[in-house]
Amino acid sequence: MDYSAYLVPLLLAFVALFGLGKRVNVYEALTQGAQEGLTILTGILPSLVGLMTAVYMLRASGAMDLLGQLLAPALAALCIPPETVGLLFVRPVSGSGALAIGSELMAAYGPDSYIGRTAAVMLGSTETTFYTIAVYFGSAGIRKTRYAIPAALLADLAGFMSAAFAVRLFFGG
Amino acid sequence: MAMAWVWSGMVALSVVCGLFKGTIGAVGSAALEGAGAAVELCLGMAGVMCLWNGVMSVMKACGLLDGLCRLFRPLLGRLLPRASQDPDTLAALSGNVSANLLGLGNAATPLGVKAAQRMAAGTGGRATDELCRLVVLNTASIQLLPTTVAGVRAALGAESAFDILPAVWTASALSVAAGLLAAGIFSKIWRN
Repeated sequence: MDYSAYLVPLLLAFVALFGLGKRVNVYEALTQGAQEGLTILTGILPSLVGLMTAVYMLRASGAMDLLGQLLAPALAALCIPPETVGLLFVRPVSGSGALAIGSELMAAYGPDSYIGRTAAVMLGSTETTFYTIAVYFGSAGIRKTRYAIPAALLADLAGFMSAAFAVRLFFGG
Repeated sequence: MAMAWVWSGMVALSVVCGLFKGTIGAVGSAALEGAGAAVELCLGMAGVMCLWNGVMSVMKACGLLDGLCRLFRPLLGRLLPRASQDPDTLAALSGNVSANLLGLGNAATPLGVKAAQRMAAGTGGRATDELCRLVVLNTASIQLLPTTVAGVRAALGAESAFDILPAVWTASALSVAAGLLAAGIFSKIWRN
Protein backbone atom coordinates (compact mmCIF):
# COMPACT_ATOMS: atom_id res chain seq x y z
CA MET A 1 0.00 0.00 0.00
CA ASP A 2 1.61 3.23 -1.08
CA TYR A 3 -0.54 6.05 0.24
CA SER A 4 1.77 8.70 -1.22
CA ALA A 5 0.91 7.43 -4.71
CA TYR A 6 -2.64 8.66 -4.01
CA LEU A 7 -1.64 11.70 -1.99
CA VAL A 8 -0.12 13.75 -4.80
CA PRO A 9 -2.82 13.46 -7.51
CA LEU A 10 -5.71 13.58 -5.05
CA LEU A 11 -4.32 16.60 -3.22
CA LEU A 12 -3.78 18.45 -6.50
CA ALA A 13 -7.34 17.70 -7.69
CA PHE A 14 -8.82 18.55 -4.29
CA VAL A 15 -7.05 21.90 -4.04
CA ALA A 16 -8.01 22.82 -7.60
CA LEU A 17 -11.70 21.96 -7.22
CA PHE A 18 -11.98 23.37 -3.70
CA GLY A 19 -10.45 26.62 -4.93
CA LEU A 20 -12.82 26.82 -7.90
CA GLY A 21 -15.74 26.22 -5.53
CA LYS A 22 -14.55 29.19 -3.47
CA ARG A 23 -14.26 31.32 -6.64
CA VAL A 24 -10.49 31.55 -6.32
CA ASN A 25 -8.40 32.06 -9.46
CA VAL A 26 -6.62 28.77 -8.84
CA TYR A 27 -4.25 28.98 -11.77
CA GLU A 28 -3.05 32.47 -10.96
CA ALA A 29 -2.44 31.55 -7.31
CA LEU A 30 -0.56 28.44 -8.43
CA THR A 31 1.77 30.30 -10.75
CA GLN A 32 2.30 33.05 -8.18
CA GLY A 33 3.36 30.44 -5.64
CA ALA A 34 5.61 28.78 -8.20
CA GLN A 35 7.25 32.15 -8.77
CA GLU A 36 7.93 32.37 -5.03
CA GLY A 37 9.43 28.88 -5.15
CA LEU A 38 11.79 30.05 -7.85
CA THR A 39 12.77 33.06 -5.73
CA ILE A 40 13.57 30.75 -2.80
CA LEU A 41 15.69 28.59 -5.09
CA THR A 42 17.70 31.44 -6.58
CA GLY A 43 18.20 32.67 -3.01
CA ILE A 44 19.76 29.41 -1.81
CA LEU A 45 21.70 28.52 -4.97
CA PRO A 46 24.78 30.71 -4.30
CA SER A 47 25.25 29.54 -0.71
CA LEU A 48 24.55 25.97 -1.78
CA VAL A 49 27.39 26.17 -4.31
CA GLY A 50 29.78 27.37 -1.62
CA LEU A 51 28.68 24.89 1.00
CA MET A 52 28.40 21.82 -1.20
CA THR A 53 31.94 22.49 -2.41
CA ALA A 54 33.13 22.44 1.22
CA VAL A 55 30.99 19.42 2.16
CA TYR A 56 32.20 17.36 -0.81
CA MET A 57 35.79 18.28 0.11
CA LEU A 58 35.25 17.22 3.74
CA ARG A 59 33.74 13.93 2.63
CA ALA A 60 36.54 13.18 0.11
CA SER A 61 39.30 14.07 2.59
CA GLY A 62 37.99 11.51 5.06
CA ALA A 63 37.40 14.13 7.78
CA MET A 64 33.68 13.37 7.93
CA ASP A 65 34.28 9.65 8.48
CA LEU A 66 36.86 10.49 11.13
CA LEU A 67 34.35 12.63 13.02
CA GLY A 68 31.74 9.88 12.70
CA GLN A 69 34.16 7.27 14.07
CA LEU A 70 35.17 9.57 16.90
CA LEU A 71 31.59 10.13 18.01
CA ALA A 72 30.26 6.69 17.03
CA PRO A 73 29.92 5.38 20.63
CA ALA A 74 27.96 8.44 21.78
CA LEU A 75 25.78 8.42 18.66
CA ALA A 76 25.13 4.69 18.99
CA ALA A 77 23.91 5.27 22.55
CA LEU A 78 21.42 7.82 21.16
CA CYS A 79 20.44 5.48 18.27
CA ILE A 80 21.59 8.10 15.71
CA PRO A 81 23.43 6.68 12.66
CA PRO A 82 27.05 7.96 12.78
CA GLU A 83 26.96 8.79 9.03
CA THR A 84 24.67 11.74 9.82
CA VAL A 85 27.13 13.32 12.28
CA GLY A 86 27.79 16.38 10.08
CA LEU A 87 24.11 17.18 9.99
CA LEU A 88 23.87 17.27 13.80
CA PHE A 89 26.48 20.03 14.05
CA VAL A 90 25.50 22.15 11.06
CA ARG A 91 21.69 21.94 11.23
CA PRO A 92 21.19 24.40 14.14
CA VAL A 93 23.64 26.92 12.63
CA SER A 94 23.07 27.01 8.87
CA GLY A 95 20.02 26.01 6.87
CA SER A 96 21.73 25.81 3.48
CA GLY A 97 24.74 24.09 5.09
CA ALA A 98 22.42 21.40 6.42
CA LEU A 99 20.76 21.12 3.02
CA ALA A 100 24.20 20.64 1.46
CA ILE A 101 25.20 17.89 3.91
CA GLY A 102 21.79 16.22 3.80
CA SER A 103 21.61 16.09 0.01
CA GLU A 104 25.19 14.81 -0.17
CA LEU A 105 24.17 11.98 2.19
CA MET A 106 21.08 11.23 0.10
CA ALA A 107 23.16 11.20 -3.08
CA ALA A 108 25.93 9.02 -1.57
CA TYR A 109 23.69 6.43 0.11
CA GLY A 110 20.64 6.74 -2.15
CA PRO A 111 17.47 8.68 -1.33
CA ASP A 112 15.56 5.49 -0.48
CA SER A 113 18.24 4.03 1.82
CA TYR A 114 18.02 4.10 5.62
CA ILE A 115 20.69 6.81 5.84
CA GLY A 116 19.18 8.81 2.96
CA ARG A 117 15.70 8.73 4.45
CA THR A 118 16.96 9.54 7.95
CA ALA A 119 18.86 12.56 6.61
CA ALA A 120 15.70 13.73 4.80
CA VAL A 121 13.52 13.34 7.90
CA MET A 122 16.13 15.14 10.04
CA LEU A 123 16.09 18.06 7.59
CA GLY A 124 12.30 18.10 7.50
CA SER A 125 11.70 17.97 11.23
CA THR A 126 14.23 20.48 12.59
CA GLU A 127 14.96 24.18 12.08
CA THR A 128 17.96 26.51 11.95
CA THR A 129 17.68 27.01 15.71
CA PHE A 130 20.28 29.75 16.30
CA TYR A 131 19.06 31.79 13.34
CA THR A 132 15.44 31.56 14.53
CA ILE A 133 16.33 32.56 18.09
CA ALA A 134 18.42 35.46 16.79
CA VAL A 135 15.57 36.74 14.60
CA TYR A 136 12.84 36.45 17.25
CA PHE A 137 14.74 37.63 20.30
CA GLY A 138 16.74 40.19 18.34
CA SER A 139 13.66 41.92 16.97
CA ALA A 140 11.89 41.75 20.34
CA GLY A 141 14.87 43.27 22.17
CA ILE A 142 15.45 40.23 24.39
CA ARG A 143 18.99 40.14 25.76
CA LYS A 144 18.56 37.61 28.56
CA THR A 145 17.64 34.47 26.64
CA ARG A 146 17.56 32.28 29.80
CA TYR A 147 16.88 28.65 28.89
CA ALA A 148 15.56 29.24 25.33
CA ILE A 149 18.75 27.97 23.64
CA PRO A 150 19.23 24.77 25.69
CA ALA A 151 15.51 23.94 25.40
CA ALA A 152 15.53 24.50 21.62
CA LEU A 153 18.73 22.46 21.20
CA LEU A 154 17.21 19.62 23.23
CA ALA A 155 14.23 19.76 20.86
CA ASP A 156 16.68 19.45 17.94
CA LEU A 157 18.40 16.47 19.55
CA ALA A 158 15.03 14.83 20.14
CA GLY A 159 14.22 15.56 16.48
CA PHE A 160 17.40 13.81 15.29
CA MET A 161 16.77 10.78 17.50
CA SER A 162 13.12 10.57 16.48
CA ALA A 163 14.04 10.93 12.79
CA ALA A 164 16.14 7.76 12.91
CA PHE A 165 13.48 6.07 15.04
CA ALA A 166 10.60 7.08 12.74
CA VAL A 167 12.42 5.87 9.61
CA ARG A 168 13.02 2.49 11.25
CA LEU A 169 9.37 2.44 12.35
CA PHE A 170 7.86 3.23 8.93
CA PHE A 171 10.40 1.64 6.59
CA GLY A 172 12.17 -1.01 8.65
CA GLY A 173 15.95 -1.30 8.35
CA MET B 1 30.87 36.67 9.61
CA ALA B 2 30.25 33.41 11.47
CA MET B 3 29.75 31.59 8.18
CA ALA B 4 33.10 32.87 6.91
CA TRP B 5 34.80 31.02 9.78
CA VAL B 6 32.69 27.90 9.36
CA TRP B 7 33.29 27.72 5.61
CA SER B 8 37.02 28.45 5.85
CA GLY B 9 37.30 25.94 8.68
CA MET B 10 35.65 23.24 6.57
CA VAL B 11 37.96 23.89 3.63
CA ALA B 12 41.09 24.05 5.81
CA LEU B 13 40.12 20.86 7.68
CA SER B 14 39.62 19.04 4.36
CA VAL B 15 43.06 20.11 3.15
CA VAL B 16 44.79 19.14 6.42
CA CYS B 17 42.98 15.81 6.52
CA GLY B 18 43.68 15.26 2.81
CA LEU B 19 47.42 15.86 3.28
CA PHE B 20 47.62 13.49 6.27
CA LYS B 21 45.53 10.73 4.73
CA GLY B 22 46.90 11.15 1.21
CA THR B 23 43.48 11.96 -0.19
CA ILE B 24 44.38 15.46 -1.37
CA GLY B 25 43.89 14.54 -5.03
CA ALA B 26 40.35 13.41 -4.33
CA VAL B 27 39.69 16.59 -2.31
CA GLY B 28 40.50 18.74 -5.33
CA SER B 29 38.17 16.95 -7.70
CA ALA B 30 35.50 16.76 -4.99
CA ALA B 31 35.49 20.56 -4.71
CA LEU B 32 34.59 20.95 -8.37
CA GLU B 33 32.15 18.08 -8.18
CA GLY B 34 30.39 19.66 -5.19
CA ALA B 35 29.95 23.01 -6.90
CA GLY B 36 28.44 21.28 -9.93
CA ALA B 37 26.22 19.10 -7.73
CA ALA B 38 24.75 22.20 -6.07
CA VAL B 39 23.53 23.56 -9.40
CA GLU B 40 22.26 20.15 -10.52
CA LEU B 41 20.40 19.79 -7.24
CA CYS B 42 18.73 23.19 -7.55
CA LEU B 43 17.65 22.47 -11.12
CA GLY B 44 16.47 18.99 -10.14
CA MET B 45 14.36 20.21 -7.25
CA ALA B 46 13.03 23.34 -8.96
CA GLY B 47 9.97 21.62 -10.46
CA VAL B 48 8.82 20.01 -7.22
CA MET B 49 9.45 23.12 -5.13
CA CYS B 50 7.67 25.48 -7.52
CA LEU B 51 4.70 23.14 -7.89
CA TRP B 52 4.15 22.68 -4.15
CA ASN B 53 4.77 26.29 -3.34
CA GLY B 54 2.04 26.96 -5.89
CA VAL B 55 -0.30 24.47 -4.24
CA MET B 56 0.32 26.06 -0.85
CA SER B 57 -0.41 29.48 -2.29
CA VAL B 58 -3.74 28.16 -3.69
CA MET B 59 -4.58 26.78 -0.24
CA LYS B 60 -3.82 30.17 1.26
CA ALA B 61 -6.02 31.90 -1.33
CA CYS B 62 -8.84 29.46 -0.45
CA GLY B 63 -8.79 30.66 3.16
CA LEU B 64 -7.16 27.53 4.54
CA LEU B 65 -4.75 29.71 6.51
CA ASP B 66 -7.63 31.44 8.31
CA GLY B 67 -9.28 28.09 8.99
CA LEU B 68 -6.08 26.75 10.52
CA CYS B 69 -5.79 29.91 12.62
CA ARG B 70 -9.21 29.32 14.16
CA LEU B 71 -8.22 25.72 14.81
CA PHE B 72 -5.09 26.70 16.71
CA ARG B 73 -6.53 29.43 18.90
CA PRO B 74 -7.77 27.16 21.73
CA LEU B 75 -4.50 25.22 21.72
CA LEU B 76 -2.42 28.41 21.92
CA GLY B 77 -4.65 29.65 24.72
CA ARG B 78 -3.45 26.72 26.83
CA LEU B 79 0.18 26.84 25.70
CA LEU B 80 0.66 30.61 26.00
CA PRO B 81 -2.18 31.73 28.28
CA ARG B 82 -0.88 35.22 29.10
CA ALA B 83 -0.05 36.20 25.52
CA SER B 84 -3.39 34.81 24.30
CA GLN B 85 -5.34 37.26 26.44
CA ASP B 86 -4.42 39.98 24.00
CA PRO B 87 -6.43 39.42 20.79
CA ASP B 88 -3.83 40.97 18.48
CA THR B 89 -1.05 38.83 19.89
CA LEU B 90 -3.23 35.74 19.63
CA ALA B 91 -4.01 36.54 15.98
CA ALA B 92 -0.31 36.91 15.20
CA LEU B 93 0.53 33.71 17.08
CA SER B 94 -2.08 31.57 15.35
CA GLY B 95 -1.06 33.03 12.00
CA ASN B 96 2.57 32.18 12.80
CA VAL B 97 1.83 28.56 13.68
CA SER B 98 -0.52 28.08 10.70
CA ALA B 99 1.89 29.59 8.17
CA ASN B 100 4.68 27.41 9.55
CA LEU B 101 2.46 24.37 9.13
CA LEU B 102 1.89 25.23 5.47
CA GLY B 103 5.59 25.89 4.96
CA LEU B 104 5.04 29.59 4.23
CA GLY B 105 8.21 30.79 5.94
CA ASN B 106 7.95 34.27 4.45
CA ALA B 107 4.54 34.72 6.04
CA ALA B 108 5.34 32.97 9.32
CA THR B 109 8.38 34.97 10.41
CA PRO B 110 6.88 38.51 10.40
CA LEU B 111 3.84 37.26 12.33
CA GLY B 112 6.00 35.45 14.86
CA VAL B 113 8.22 38.49 15.27
CA LYS B 114 5.15 40.68 15.82
CA ALA B 115 3.89 38.30 18.50
CA ALA B 116 7.33 38.17 20.14
CA GLN B 117 7.56 41.97 20.20
CA ARG B 118 4.15 42.29 21.86
CA MET B 119 4.99 39.56 24.36
CA ALA B 120 8.35 41.18 25.17
CA ALA B 121 6.78 44.53 26.08
CA GLY B 122 7.51 45.35 29.71
CA THR B 123 9.85 42.42 30.32
CA GLY B 124 13.00 44.56 30.32
CA GLY B 125 14.79 42.41 27.78
CA ARG B 126 14.36 39.18 29.75
CA ALA B 127 12.87 36.13 28.01
CA THR B 128 9.73 35.09 29.85
CA ASP B 129 8.64 31.45 30.03
CA GLU B 130 6.10 32.10 27.28
CA LEU B 131 8.68 33.71 24.99
CA CYS B 132 10.94 30.67 25.46
CA ARG B 133 8.02 28.41 24.56
CA LEU B 134 7.28 30.50 21.44
CA VAL B 135 10.89 30.08 20.32
CA VAL B 136 10.76 26.33 20.93
CA LEU B 137 7.57 26.15 18.85
CA ASN B 138 9.34 27.94 16.01
CA THR B 139 12.66 26.09 16.15
CA ALA B 140 10.96 22.70 15.92
CA SER B 141 9.69 22.90 12.37
CA ILE B 142 6.20 21.43 12.10
CA GLN B 143 5.31 21.26 8.42
CA LEU B 144 2.51 19.47 6.62
CA LEU B 145 4.48 19.19 3.38
CA PRO B 146 8.27 19.56 3.70
CA THR B 147 8.62 20.74 0.11
CA THR B 148 12.36 21.46 0.08
CA VAL B 149 13.29 17.98 1.31
CA ALA B 150 10.78 16.40 -1.07
CA GLY B 151 12.39 18.42 -3.86
CA VAL B 152 15.85 17.09 -2.98
CA ARG B 153 14.51 13.54 -2.87
CA ALA B 154 12.83 13.97 -6.26
CA ALA B 155 15.99 15.47 -7.75
CA LEU B 156 17.99 12.45 -6.59
CA GLY B 157 15.55 9.97 -8.09
CA ALA B 158 13.63 8.78 -5.02
CA GLU B 159 10.84 6.33 -5.79
CA SER B 160 8.26 8.48 -4.07
CA ALA B 161 9.40 11.90 -2.87
CA PHE B 162 6.65 12.23 -0.26
CA ASP B 163 6.74 8.76 1.30
CA ILE B 164 8.71 10.20 4.23
CA LEU B 165 5.73 12.35 5.35
CA PRO B 166 4.53 10.24 8.30
CA ALA B 167 8.11 9.89 9.52
CA VAL B 168 8.63 13.67 9.29
CA TRP B 169 5.39 14.36 11.17
CA THR B 170 6.28 11.84 13.88
CA ALA B 171 9.78 13.26 14.32
CA SER B 172 8.51 16.87 14.38
CA ALA B 173 5.84 16.08 16.94
CA LEU B 174 8.31 14.27 19.21
CA SER B 175 10.79 17.13 18.82
CA VAL B 176 8.23 19.79 19.82
CA ALA B 177 7.03 17.68 22.72
CA ALA B 178 10.59 17.23 23.98
CA GLY B 179 11.31 20.95 23.58
CA LEU B 180 8.19 21.99 25.50
CA LEU B 181 8.90 19.41 28.19
CA ALA B 182 12.46 20.70 28.54
CA ALA B 183 11.17 24.29 28.68
CA GLY B 184 8.69 23.28 31.38
CA ILE B 185 11.41 21.67 33.51
CA PHE B 186 13.89 24.51 32.95
CA SER B 187 11.29 27.13 33.90
CA LYS B 188 11.14 25.57 37.38
CA ILE B 189 14.90 25.27 37.95
CA TRP B 190 16.40 28.20 35.96
CA ARG B 191 17.40 30.88 38.47
CA ASN B 192 17.70 34.28 36.79
